[in-house]
Amino acid sequence: MAERAQPVSPWPGIGAAALVAALILGTLAAVALRAEASGGFSPADWAALRFTLTQATLSALFSVLLAVPVARALARRRFPGRRALIALLGAPFILPVIVAILGLLQVFGRSGWISDFLGIFGLPPIRIYGLHGVVLAHVFFNLPLATRLVLQAWQEVPAERFRLAAQLGCNGMAMFRLIEMPMLKRTLPGVLAVIFAICLTSFAVALTLGGGPRATTIELAIYQAFTYDFDLGRAALLSALQLALTAATALVALKFSRGDGFGTGLDRALRRWDGGAPTIDVFWIIAAAVFLLLPLASVVISGVAGLFDMPAIVFRAALISALVAAASTAVLLLLALPMATAVASGRYGLVELSGILGLAASPLVIGTGLFILIRPLANPTTLALPVTALVNAAMALPFALRILVPAARDITARHGRLALSLDMTKWTFFTRVLLPRMRPQIGFAAGLGAALSMGDLGVIALFADPQIATLPLQIYRLMGAYQMQAAAGGALLLLLLSMGAFWLLDRGGRWHAES
Amino acid sequence: MLNLDDCVIENGNFTLNADIQIEVGSSIAIIGPSGAGKSTLLETIAGFRDLKKGQIFWGGQQISNLHPGKRPMAMLFQDGNLFPHLTAEQNIALGLRPNGRLSRDEDAQVQSALGRVSLHGMGARKPSELSGGQQSRVALARVLVQRRELLLLDEPFAALGPALKADMLDLVADLVAETQTTLLMVSHDPQDARRIADQTVLVADKTVHAPAQTAKLFDNPPPSLRAYLG
Repeated sequence: MAERAQPVSPWPGIGAAALVAALILGTLAAVALRAEASGGFSPADWAALRFTLTQATLSALFSVLLAVPVARALARRRFPGRRALIALLGAPFILPVIVAILGLLQVFGRSGWISDFLGIFGLPPIRIYGLHGVVLAHVFFNLPLATRLVLQAWQEVPAERFRLAAQLGCNGMAMFRLIEMPMLKRTLPGVLAVIFAICLTSFAVALTLGGGPRATTIELAIYQAFTYDFDLGRAALLSALQLALTAATALVALKFSRGDGFGTGLDRALRRWDGGAPTIDVFWIIAAAVFLLLPLASVVISGVAGLFDMPAIVFRAALISALVAAASTAVLLLLALPMATAVASGRYGLVELSGILGLAASPLVIGTGLFILIRPLANPTTLALPVTALVNAAMALPFALRILVPAARDITARHGRLALSLDMTKWTFFTRVLLPRMRPQIGFAAGLGAALSMGDLGVIALFADPQIATLPLQIYRLMGAYQMQAAAGGALLLLLLSMGAFWLLDRGGRWHAES
Repeated sequence: MLNLDDCVIENGNFTLNADIQIEVGSSIAIIGPSGAGKSTLLETIAGFRDLKKGQIFWGGQQISNLHPGKRPMAMLFQDGNLFPHLTAEQNIALGLRPNGRLSRDEDAQVQSALGRVSLHGMGARKPSELSGGQQSRVALARVLVQRRELLLLDEPFAALGPALKADMLDLVADLVAETQTTLLMVSHDPQDARRIADQTVLVADKTVHAPAQTAKLFDNPPPSLRAYLG
């Protein structure tokens, strides 16, 4: 007999998946073929590998260790602003890295608020460049993610279990041993793996706060091989090393990870009976809020003054960024929607696999590969913007699919039979049922894609010539030229654009959406 | 005549044998213990499940290879019979034209179907703005404009209260009588069967039994039905 009828066609999705696989695997193959193994790894390369692993390990450890008390406090306290704080914990995901770094510099930097404060007592200013700066920035980005993941695990503990323990007369410590300790043991390895994987591929943080022989990550070394030495063979060799590292880690992280960290339902507070003084929880909540809000507040304050002091080139860069983000979001949806549809219509494991390939390859590795592939045909710098949009879309694809696939699956299962019995065509089902029903998820995915692309400082640094820049790159250049006022203004503009794009698309998706 | 010719239906490691004939224009209740395969049978007839063996004929034509939408039947499911983002009118219109715009004449048919199920003037409402009973009426109005020769009901009114359910069944009985539609209706309630079905098919012991007179069957039930009725 013919195979079971489906209301949607998997073929466009299979096509999109093949394109994505070709892009990622093709660039990886280019990297592998171009890598010059003859030279082997220099001592500097080994130092880069060591530093990459060290900073990722420390970043993951600090993020997770600090996340546990914060999540515990959030899980068991109710207070005004709790929802807002939890929502704020989702913000760093779409916060442009360069904006956060500027804020961190203004707070923790040599002439930042804390150094100024220390100076009052005649103490030397703190130094932010190097290993501790990189780790600090990574903790800033990943503490919120870790908190959300741990909080999620906390909320998943059935309330009955706390009730039973309370009924048995367990005090705080006994409660911890009985319920929370086993839960943390199950959860934390996965959170550590996810954050470790994220920190391995972080480029912009190392670019701005690292550098020098003692604080260069592999990603940064790829960039330097490109821009300083223009040694494609070495860039490719480093890319191959980075690829092996990220692919292995991504596999481990995927195995551990269950939730996605931006799910909902985190606003429920658990009813607890083990009491305990709220002092500790209050301390952790305030400390986390201050740590996250201070750099952002600083960017806003300094940016307002800078907004009126920006060279026209910043506005040009902002326009370029908006166009790149729009193009990248369009490409993202053109790939993700058919792919999600295909995955929803049956067992298309390969489509799903190609959707998460992006997690295994870092933007700079793909950028290197594309550079190698494009160079014989055209001048890569003239294609800097399209390439940036494309790579941004490929990098956002795993997240978009995580948002879209469950909804597509749900809607196909729910309405598929009715559509079939009405003799609806696959195209009609896609346009009249699937797309309208998925609007909230499409808006959310598009918002994430636009914000990620808007704030991205990765491939563009590899491809761009001095005449062209996206806003994040322009801010980086202004910082390098010590035009801090203009950089702060640009950062505020970028913050507004990223968050605005996310808000607009996410809201647009939910506007008048029927339940 | 609907003819299930020596059919074997497989669902996981569960099999169901069916070899029955159903007269055109009859109203059949399908009754039996839960898990016996009542819904599975209906889904197979509608084309959502493949036959392991055997064939299904309608009026002498083999239909068991047809796509669900090409079979001469309309089906109402336990839930999800309306698209929540479309208005009542749009939902009904899908019965006439699943893939396009309505002509003026077809639009009139939609309006008359709305009227037939007593939903005058409610065409612009979305399902969330209608009560459970009204939603069922919209689904029935769509069945009406579909003009299929068979109507399959997989307990679409199960969530309604007893009085409302009785109303719906009476409406179904009127509609199938007006249009000479053959009705197959899954139910777990003997009252439903007595209410609108002249014949009843018992699904039990991995077998779809031949239709029997509803009143006779319940007045003198075979052992497997007696065990179910208690």
